[in-house]
Amino acid sequence: MTPRQRRMIWVAVIITGVSLATFLALAAFQKNLLYFYTPSQVQAGEAPTGYAFRVGGLVEKGSVKRQPDSLAVRFTLTDGNAKVTVFYDGILPDLFREGQGIIAIGQLQPDGLFKASQVLAKHDENYMPPEVADALKKTGAMPTVDEFKGANR
Amino acid sequence: MIAEFGQLALVIALLMAILQAVFPLAGAALKVPIWMAVARPAARAQFLFLAVSFYCLTQSFISNDFSVRYVAEHSNSALPLMYRIAAVWGAHEGSVLLWALILGLWTAAVSIFNRGLAEPFVARILGIMGLISIGILLFILLTSNPFERLIPMPPDGRDLNPLLQDFGLAVHPPMLYMGYVGMAVPFSFAIAALLSGSLDAAWARWSRPWTLIAWSFLTLGITLGSWWAYYELGWGGWWFWDPVENASFMPWLMATALIHSLAVTEKRGAFKVWTVLLAIFAFSLSLLGMFLVRSGVLVSVHAFANDPERGLFILIFLGLVIGGSLLLYALRAPAVKDHARFSLFSRESLLLLNNILLVIAAASVLLGTLYPLVLDALKLGKISVGPPYFSSVFTPVTAPLFVLAGIGPLVAWRQGNLAKLWRQIRWFIPASLIAAAIITSIWFDPKQIKSFAALACAIWLASTSLLPLAQRVHLRQGWRGLKQPTGFYGMTLAHFGLAVFLVGVAISNHYSTEKTVRLAPGDSAQLGDYRFVFQGVTEQEGPNYTADEGTFEIYAGNEKIATLKPQKRFYPVQRNIMTEAAIDPALSRDIYVALGEAMEDGAWSVRLYVKPAVRWIWLGGLLMMGGGLLAAADRRYRAIKPARQADTLTEHALTVKG
Repeated sequence: MTPRQRRMIWVAVIITGVSLATFLALAAFQKNLLYFYTPSQVQAGEAPTGYAFRVGGLVEKGSVKRQPDSLAVRFTLTDGNAKVTVFYDGILPDLFREGQGIIAIGQLQPDGLFKASQVLAKHDENYMPPEVADALKKTGAMPTVDEFKGANR
Repeated sequence: MIAEFGQLALVIALLMAILQAVFPLAGAALKVPIWMAVARPAARAQFLFLAVSFYCLTQSFISNDFSVRYVAEHSNSALPLMYRIAAVWGAHEGSVLLWALILGLWTAAVSIFNRGLAEPFVARILGIMGLISIGILLFILLTSNPFERLIPMPPDGRDLNPLLQDFGLAVHPPMLYMGYVGMAVPFSFAIAALLSGSLDAAWARWSRPWTLIAWSFLTLGITLGSWWAYYELGWGGWWFWDPVENASFMPWLMATALIHSLAVTEKRGAFKVWTVLLAIFAFSLSLLGMFLVRSGVLVSVHAFANDPERGLFILIFLGLVIGGSLLLYALRAPAVKDHARFSLFSRESLLLLNNILLVIAAASVLLGTLYPLVLDALKLGKISVGPPYFSSVFTPVTAPLFVLAGIGPLVAWRQGNLAKLWRQIRWFIPASLIAAAIITSIWFDPKQIKSFAALACAIWLASTSLLPLAQRVHLRQGWRGLKQPTGFYGMTLAHFGLAVFLVGVAISNHYSTEKTVRLAPGDSAQLGDYRFVFQGVTEQEGPNYTADEGTFEIYAGNEKIATLKPQKRFYPVQRNIMTEAAIDPALSRDIYVALGEAMEDGAWSVRLYVKPAVRWIWLGGLLMMGGGLLAAADRRYRAIKPARQADTLTEHALTVKG
């Protein structure tokens, strides 16, 4: 085998490998991209049903309702403009509190209930998920830093 | 005063770094020996002043000097001493200082352990490292000064993030940084070799032990990080494909490719150009990792700072390093001739395949990590890429690696013999499958095809990785066969460690069971073979927190095997709540309990996990690290005679003539 042929075989192997990997990556990408929607977008019907996405906002004060004998919980997420009711069956993160900015991952049910598979809050009192911060800024519901800290103190 | 000393020492260190970069590089280019001689003393002095500076910051933490802003923001007088010391690198400014200190340490080490290297070559390596150091020190002094004063001085500090108040903080970042920053050494070797035009086997031989040591630290750092996240985050997972984890994993993949490619370059003189490129990529990805973590583009437990100025600085620095080195590469690499010939089936080819797979794996991680950031920066929408993406891409790309790692060492350099290989390994294929079938059907469920396949791969790799050793013993008829270079044992151990790691992944990922339950005192829950009896919650006082401590008695059948006391801690300074899981560890399985939230009537929501073989994951990581260190300790790297160097390093010959 000449060096040229050998090189060509290697080039072929590499190209096949890379294209296979690209194909795998893109196929997996398609399935696993999670888009972010604000409560306003959800209410306006822009968010898909039957497809997982993320929704974020502030947990409305006084909206957290637990079922007495299970871990199921319902609460309302708001961006100041619109609201989404979230249902979640599981353990909420340590820093989940009313008034806190959080992100829920899950699917929108046909009746408008957001069934969350995961609820994320961060381990930092001053932290606000950037998506939530943007959404709140748009509606003008962003608490000022002092308010925000005060709400947690 | 001590903070000002620290600041002063930092400025002097910067001056030393400038000396260390300018004179040696200019001296090597213009062939002025006296300029080149600046390199070593400047490098050591730089390290000394960095150490002084670091000590000053540590002292400020120990003595609770809250007039230093960084201390005030990340420490507290109630914080235990061990965490006050670890808190030095618990946030942005201090961790960059640690980065600089470790770079200084590596530089000083290179300035000492370089016997036999040609003087201009040493000058260039240290010069390059000096340039990197200038960048980092400027970054600290201009954007992230840890010694900044806070006036008026607050009465007490705002405390370290409770998540970080753990032994893990004491060990994970320093080890990880040793690995990250250690990649600067092969990078500098590569750039120096490009500059001097002497890319040869000797260069690879010099670069190899450094790369192996850095790789070992990186392996250890990632392993520790995974173990820490496992017990601290309370979710029972050991890897989350979090962008920050990926930031450390990408350099690891590149560095793994690099150590294999260096082997070819050293032994066979092939892949020179490719090896240089890998060295550049490995360090670039380390820097990219720093950018991702430090710039605030990522949000995670690791992302401390949200300062666009810092991000811009690192981005420019990153651009200079990557752009500059790739430009140099483009100018110089085409002149390097790869003479080595090897057949399509040879150890070289298999190692090339290893490299391709590792690079593809790194690229797929890079895509998943950067794509959401790019999309967001271009205002095309906010997305995130979930862990399923990574596992579905990563598994098919890396699976061949596990199979190939068992074969590679059995195949000869240059021209392998396929028939001979087949004779050696044919029984291992059915044996691995049968062993996996037996193990899964005794303890687990053999119908889980993925874990069955992964387990068979692991058994295959474990047994074939020991095969070369067995052959050598057989060949020499006894114990004399055990007398092999440590490099050989290093490889064997690392490959065996990879198999152990894979056993852990295969079993714990597929056969772990978990349950989220609501338990009132006296209630019990069954999970697999274990019964968890909840005895209620008591209040405990920690040094700087209060805790609700649950008591769980674990029964296997009627026998009580453990009492676990998970906590829910409240840290009053930051008003933070923290879950502290309790684990009953064993090689066969971990029993893991984490408290959720308090419900009415003393009931709690509780997470229960039984995770079989999860410890094997970290055991495998430790074995791989051990293998790397063993390989780096090979006598071959210490026994290089200066005279032989003169033959191979053309540079040396030039200076002797000149």
